[in-house]
Amino acid sequence: MRRVVITGMGVISPVGNDLPSFKDSLINGKSGIAPITRFDTSETKIKVAAQVENFDPKQYFIDKSEIRKTDLYVQYAYAAALQAMNDSGLRAIDDGENSANCDPERLGVYVGSGIGGMTTFYDESVKLHTRGPSRVSPHFIPMMIGNIAAGTISIKFGACGPTLPVVTACATSTNSIGEAYLAIKHDRADAIIAGGSEATLTPLAVAGFANCFALSESDDPERASIPFDKERNGFVMGEGAGILIIEELTHAQKRGAKIYAEICGYGNTSDAYHVTAPHPEANGATASIKLAVKEAQIGENDKIYINAHGTSTQLNDKAETLAIKKVFGERAYDIAISSTKSMTGHMLGAAGAIEAIASTLTFTDGVVPPTIGYKIPDPECDLDYVPNKAREFKADFALSTSLGFGGHNACIALKRFNADERTK
Amino acid sequence: MVYEKVLNLITDLKGEEDDSITKETLLTELNLDSLDIAELIMNIEDEFNTTVDERESLKSIGDVVEFIEKKIG
Repeated sequence: MRRVVITGMGVISPVGNDLPSFKDSLINGKSGIAPITRFDTSETKIKVAAQVENFDPKQYFIDKSEIRKTDLYVQYAYAAALQAMNDSGLRAIDDGENSANCDPERLGVYVGSGIGGMTTFYDESVKLHTRGPSRVSPHFIPMMIGNIAAGTISIKFGACGPTLPVVTACATSTNSIGEAYLAIKHDRADAIIAGGSEATLTPLAVAGFANCFALSESDDPERASIPFDKERNGFVMGEGAGILIIEELTHAQKRGAKIYAEICGYGNTSDAYHVTAPHPEANGATASIKLAVKEAQIGENDKIYINAHGTSTQLNDKAETLAIKKVFGERAYDIAISSTKSMTGHMLGAAGAIEAIASTLTFTDGVVPPTIGYKIPDPECDLDYVPNKAREFKADFALSTSLGFGGHNACIALKRFNADERTK
Repeated sequence: MVYEKVLNLITDLKGEEDDSITKETLLTELNLDSLDIAELIMNIEDEFNTTVDERESLKSIGDVVEFIEKKIG
């Protein structure tokens, strides 16, 4: 059986634009949530968001003309992918100094987005309305489409293997990682650049999410994204990208790559119930976690960390708590669970990848990030959410769950890497 | 004047100045792809408030400048 490991990670997030600063923020419970400065909020009830700050695309794009022709979501994705590739040392093309260490046809790209290039879509729509069809940019379609982050990354790194830009709303990048894991396990690729990106901190997206009752209207950054707290009242919009290099174990070992964690399970299910509300009995979420747990062969005495989807909406956090109890029974109370959305906000299509990266902290640093801003306990959410302070906790397994509009549920299982373990 | 404005539009597209460009430079030598050229023509139309309807006959930067100067008289 081919084993699958994580050998590189890259981050553009509201709590840091590289892996070290991101890790540092999570361990110290630092929040990226603040009043919105990206646009004028005087006409909306939504006042806070988790914005990416100090992002400079010129740091990543050698050809400056490309910046104008790429939506922000692609810039975030490429920046995180470049970080992850550099971190991993993987190369499908000779770069002059270093020769390739991966067959281009065995390197894939599974990078999705919940929405795609919304800023571009909006700007060009305005042009169409005000100045007519002849003024719509020739770059409009290739800038906006939801697969173009994956396409751009494939071109940049010479990845000629399988490409699959997943679109499952907020479950997008957990699905991307899960599908990448399956593809490598089943010998369709040796390495895959996987994750997700989102850049929808725009008046249009905020209005849309607000009007479908998804967002917190709190103007207090410390009481807006408060997962599992009784007073939670909606999610806080985040943005950014998370990219992981997923690689077959012997391929990684042969080139002496560092290994953050092993991926050992994946569940992917649907509620078949409602476009925005989770199933009240959490059937789909329960099933996806069960699938990942079963495939990972988690034992009775193994220590578990769960990075929850934990959006801070009434419905999600209650349903997710129920799902964890349905899967683990009484054992659910012994599991360390946290929602890093309390710090990063909801990064939508990037959330799953960012949270998979957050989940590796228990393996690399022996610590699990907290759910910050937690004050008022909710009897319906009565598990151990690692409130307010990071905790020293060396888990054997980490689960990361993501639940998306449309009723998509995804869960991946990560495991502390042990080179000596016999392949089952 | 027209020439300088066209050069500025090219600089905007390329994201940086290119000192090697002269009136003799062909549009195909600008290191811009077909979508970029389409955008350049669109930007020229906006800048000079005109329409460029004989795109095929414009080979060099000089051709473009001459065409605009005739159009805007």
